[in-house]
Amino acid sequence: MNLQKYRADLIRFQSFIALFLLCLALSIMSDKFLTVSNAWNVMRQISVNICISTGMTLIVLTAGIDLSVGSVLALCGAITAGLLRNGIEFPSGNLFIGFTLFGAVVAGILTGSALGAFNGWAITKFKVPPFVATLAMLTIARGLTMLWTQGFPISGLGDTFLYFGTGWLLGIPVPVWISGTIVLIAVLITNKTRLGRYIYAIGGNESASKLSGINVSKVKITVYTIAGALAAVGGILVTSRLDSAQPNAGTSYELDSIAAVVIGGTSLSGGRGSILGTVQGAIIIGVLNNGLVLLNVSPFWQQVVKGFVILLAVIIDKSNSKND
Amino acid sequence: MLTVDKITKRFPGVIALEDVSLALEAGKITALIGENGAGKSTLMKVLSGIYQDYEGQIIFKGQVVRFSNPRDAQEQGIAIIHQELNLIPYLSITENIFLGRELITQYGTLDKRKMKLRTQELLDMLKLAVKPDTLVAGLKVGQQQVVEIAKALLTDSEVIIMDEPTSAITESEVEVLFEIINDLKKQNKAIVYVSHKLDELFRIADNYVVLRDGKSIESGKMEGITQDLLIQKMVGRSIQVQRKAVCENKEEILISVKRLFLKHPVRQKEDLLKNISFTVKKGEIVGIFGLMGAGRTELLETIFGLHPFISTSEIQIENTRVIINSPSDAIRSGLALVPEDRKKDGLVLGMDVKTNICLTTLPDLEDRGFLSDLKEKTLSEKYIDELKIKTPSPYQQAKNLSGGNQQKIVLAKWLATKPKLLLLDEPTRGIDIHAKSEIYKLISGLAEKGLGIIFVSSELPEILAVSDRVLVMAEGAITAEFSSIEATEDAILKAAIPKSVYENQL
Repeated sequence: MNLQKYRADLIRFQSFIALFLLCLALSIMSDKFLTVSNAWNVMRQISVNICISTGMTLIVLTAGIDLSVGSVLALCGAITAGLLRNGIEFPSGNLFIGFTLFGAVVAGILTGSALGAFNGWAITKFKVPPFVATLAMLTIARGLTMLWTQGFPISGLGDTFLYFGTGWLLGIPVPVWISGTIVLIAVLITNKTRLGRYIYAIGGNESASKLSGINVSKVKITVYTIAGALAAVGGILVTSRLDSAQPNAGTSYELDSIAAVVIGGTSLSGGRGSILGTVQGAIIIGVLNNGLVLLNVSPFWQQVVKGFVILLAVIIDKSNSKND
Repeated sequence: MLTVDKITKRFPGVIALEDVSLALEAGKITALIGENGAGKSTLMKVLSGIYQDYEGQIIFKGQVVRFSNPRDAQEQGIAIIHQELNLIPYLSITENIFLGRELITQYGTLDKRKMKLRTQELLDMLKLAVKPDTLVAGLKVGQQQVVEIAKALLTDSEVIIMDEPTSAITESEVEVLFEIINDLKKQNKAIVYVSHKLDELFRIADNYVVLRDGKSIESGKMEGITQDLLIQKMVGRSIQVQRKAVCENKEEILISVKRLFLKHPVRQKEDLLKNISFTVKKGEIVGIFGLMGAGRTELLETIFGLHPFISTSEIQIENTRVIINSPSDAIRSGLALVPEDRKKDGLVLGMDVKTNICLTTLPDLEDRGFLSDLKEKTLSEKYIDELKIKTPSPYQQAKNLSGGNQQKIVLAKWLATKPKLLLLDEPTRGIDIHAKSEIYKLISGLAEKGLGIIFVSSELPEILAVSDRVLVMAEGAITAEFSSIEATEDAILKAAIPKSVYENQL
């Protein structure tokens, strides 16, 4: 009995334990790993993935998936950067609209929300499988990014804007504040609100949820919209950190995000998982990336290692749920 | 032919089977009966090689055998036909029958011609008039079952175990199945027939074995035993399905449904429900009986707002016209639906009892925008108490409870919405006799409090026992209405048989 309880605790903290062991190993292997500056560096880097993965977790909990987050991130970053730098000009009417920093950021986030809502609409209204609908959006948003940027980076965005990605507040990097706040709100939503409960219920049994009077379509659209908005926040952070909106930013970010969700123990079939699990997953991936760089492992090998880690995480998770 | 000698099967903390013994004879049909949880499925799993670690022994054709896996059992001549059919829908009959034991030509390719011929032989023998190339997805459930039987015959099984074979097929398909079973009997097969439906057992079985609480209570010949006696042995006490005293002064009309039509979702010209009108009074239990495919479930779903774009109707609740286009509209109008398949549509199995009970009323359980643990706990404990849901705590996952208790959770979550009209679709399906009688009591109690109840069931004795009034459906229309005094099994059945079939039989 005691052994069982011990086992259950072990399972609950398994990703935490894995993370601890990983950090321990890296600090032995590299003297650069366990330093304050490196720690903040890692946190700053993973902030973007945490933003995206928070939205991804909500979607995966409803048994959906969002492949478009990387492209949406790029488009929204580019829109914010473009509006901030150039505004909008209508040649025909001799009309020019300039954007303040606030206006540009809001426009970026609204764009992300709109694309997310579009995903949700296609999925609920036309019953397009989420995989396909968001795969389409992956291409659409990437194309729109190219159109908007004409394939060139948009740079020179001003010091105030750079504060989002590179600044410090009370000794903590600003992106960490932003992603931390997002995580906090998401934890509250999932654990303490009706929306959160509906998300888990829909993932657990969609048809029973529908019969219980839950407006399944509305919940799904909300979730995809939130994910779109969070991808936009990620886009703004990336753009700000680089002082440049790259047309090919965010490529394959959806994969890192899904990896974080899965490593964090959220079931891809929905209904089971948590935001904090995903945060741990994102940190594990971030630390792993950072450690492999510090150890001078070639980028090619880094990808191979990361792939195996994802596989291992899912295998462990499967064998745990079987023992349940 | 096959003897089971003192088999005990333990699970951590439970003894599922204890010293169970039985003997199967060739050319005889043995009925295996017992309440849910009595150990029937465990016994079948031991017999078919799914469980290998048991105490005791199985003696098959004079030798002690121990199957190492289901395939081993099959090859030695024991086949099991599960309640949920194990066929692959988008493969043909032939491909399904030969799955895992395909015939190969000398070149190593599939010997399709030979397999098809053999399949045709089997289908002929079983009198199933479809081509071997037909996709299983295109077959009716009853026909799929025949394919399963064909699969069992392919390996020359001598013992055939059938688990609730009639649970999903129509009356006429049952007749076909019984003919096949009788043929198999003549071929000297030993057949184990597991079913809840006692009347079927009396028609077909030669011997019976009663299991209770994992022990074999008694076995003997069907001849000379009565239904009541069998029930008594199953439950270990005598219970009576008593006819409900008809309550008078139910005058106030709760709901009136007029001219309800439902179109086929794909074939728009076809009506699934035709011009249905009826009323339910306050405190009245209206039973709806119909055979499989009569449209009972569709009727409840349509009233509950699940088919908004393909249905039309005029519904009045307490003399006010209501328009119901979604389940949330229905809930707001005071309706509640306990669906037919509680695992698929009723519960979120991976969530705990508390969360499931609270799912329909979350807006009332909020405190300044956040869900209140206290309110949720109070509500769920109230219903756990009231409906006597047997669970170690409100935090137990729903999937760990028995069928009867799961059904009570579904009832609880709907009672929490304070409905005026309860729509119950086969509320006692797959739950044991004891839990059934508890559900009946609950329902009568609710009706006494003034709730209107529509009770859909395919079990006649149940309908007769519970209802104040019986409506009979056939082919998407209401074909008869009886008060509980006029209602007899014969009259109801006659009205329930589709005209086309009925006339063919004359």
